[in-house]
Amino acid sequence: MAILEVNDISKNFGSTTVLHKVSFSLEEGSALAIIGSSGSGKTTLLRCLNFLERPDNGSIVVRGETLFDASMPFKEQEKGLRTKRLHFGMVFQSFNLFPQYTALENVTLAEGLLAKEREDYKQNKKTICEQIEKHGRELLDQMGLADRMTHYPHQLSGGQQQRVAIARALALKPDILCFDEPTSALDPELTGEVLKVIRGLAEQRTTMIIVTHEMAFARDVSDKLIFMDDGVIVEQGDPKQVIDHPREERTRQFLTRYAQG
Amino acid sequence: MFWSVTQSLLGGLLTTFQIFLFTLLFALPLGLILAFGSMTRFKPLRCLVQVLVWIIRGTPLMLQLIIIFYGPGLWLGHNIWSGNEAGRITATVVAFSINYACYFSVIFRGGIEGVPAGQREAGQVLGMTKSQIFFKVTLLQMVKRVVPPMSNEIITLVKDTSLARIIAAYELTFAGYSFMKSNGLTWPLFYTGVFYLLFVGILTLLFNHIERRLDYFR
Repeated sequence: MAILEVNDISKNFGSTTVLHKVSFSLEEGSALAIIGSSGSGKTTLLRCLNFLERPDNGSIVVRGETLFDASMPFKEQEKGLRTKRLHFGMVFQSFNLFPQYTALENVTLAEGLLAKEREDYKQNKKTICEQIEKHGRELLDQMGLADRMTHYPHQLSGGQQQRVAIARALALKPDILCFDEPTSALDPELTGEVLKVIRGLAEQRTTMIIVTHEMAFARDVSDKLIFMDDGVIVEQGDPKQVIDHPREERTRQFLTRYAQG
Repeated sequence: MFWSVTQSLLGGLLTTFQIFLFTLLFALPLGLILAFGSMTRFKPLRCLVQVLVWIIRGTPLMLQLIIIFYGPGLWLGHNIWSGNEAGRITATVVAFSINYACYFSVIFRGGIEGVPAGQREAGQVLGMTKSQIFFKVTLLQMVKRVVPPMSNEIITLVKDTSLARIIAAYELTFAGYSFMKSNGLTWPLFYTGVFYLLFVGILTLLFNHIERRLDYFR
């Protein structure tokens, strides 16, 4: 069974249609890449999955549980929104690290707040906090940031900040990790270190959705690729097949434009 | 003479300080509440707050003080402020708190809106509640942004306390002025100025300290 099923998601901003009947599914442990030009709706799709936008139509099902259905009454949609969000992790284009916290605090903050809701929090406060900190350190270590734990975001390079952001998203162990153009705000020489980390996650079979402009990377790392244009999925399938031998004329045009820079 | 002037001015300073301290104590939280009111999606409340801020910022504080002090006695037939010094100070604090809360609310709103939307969204996707996002993410970033404009307002408040003289509250300026009226002395007026300068000087140091303390992040 697919871990994620997205059915007929549509989204309008005023009279502009940003997404139109977008449907796809994702297998556990696989990586999905979404490509397409700016304004094609890629980011809005990720924002819908993370409940930062409310789709006007369609449904989102994770592990067989319907998290969102536009036909549900509004109250039903809002219910347990926080828990629903935790199925997804999100890495933003502009990192959005919390500037007043160190790298480690950025990673552990949310987990610490969630732990406070546990019934045994008061009795085992010390052990729980130690566990959370240990977990945070492990994640930063995994990102190659062992010597940057106590640095504040402004003391880190863009690539380092984005790796902290990835650790922060991983800390809550989401079912599906979403990347919204994770390297678009980085200087070219810094994209490599971030892509390397994402590649490592793919090798560990982390379920991911990656919106990206790095075509070679998408072709290489993902198990499935979606090309979007004007709010619709034009083509989806095996990444090598879509990029090397696109079936649709619009995909071909996009890839040609892209290759010409 | 110098000692009796000093004593009298210290008495006035105490009143000035009380007005200053209690006004801050009430106006800061009230300002934050008004800031939320002015940003709410619930339109009637938003409009109400906007009209209140317009009226309070659009009329002199002295006029507001006179209305709040004399109004109840004239409309209700009995004075809700006791006729002694404490009653005058209380009325002053009420008028000042409302007035300053309105100015503070605009500064707070600017501070909150100045925090990038991405910060809130990052909190949301990490499963934080609205209040967790405000207290753990937004608040400190807002405080950092509002310290410079707040220091301006708070320094203005120190000197605005002299308006309490209009309802005969015996504050610092009143104390200095009384020596000119009764003894024809002008030097106590300059001496009074020194008290204000020291007061504001200490506040300036305090605000510099706060700004430095918040300098560790950007």
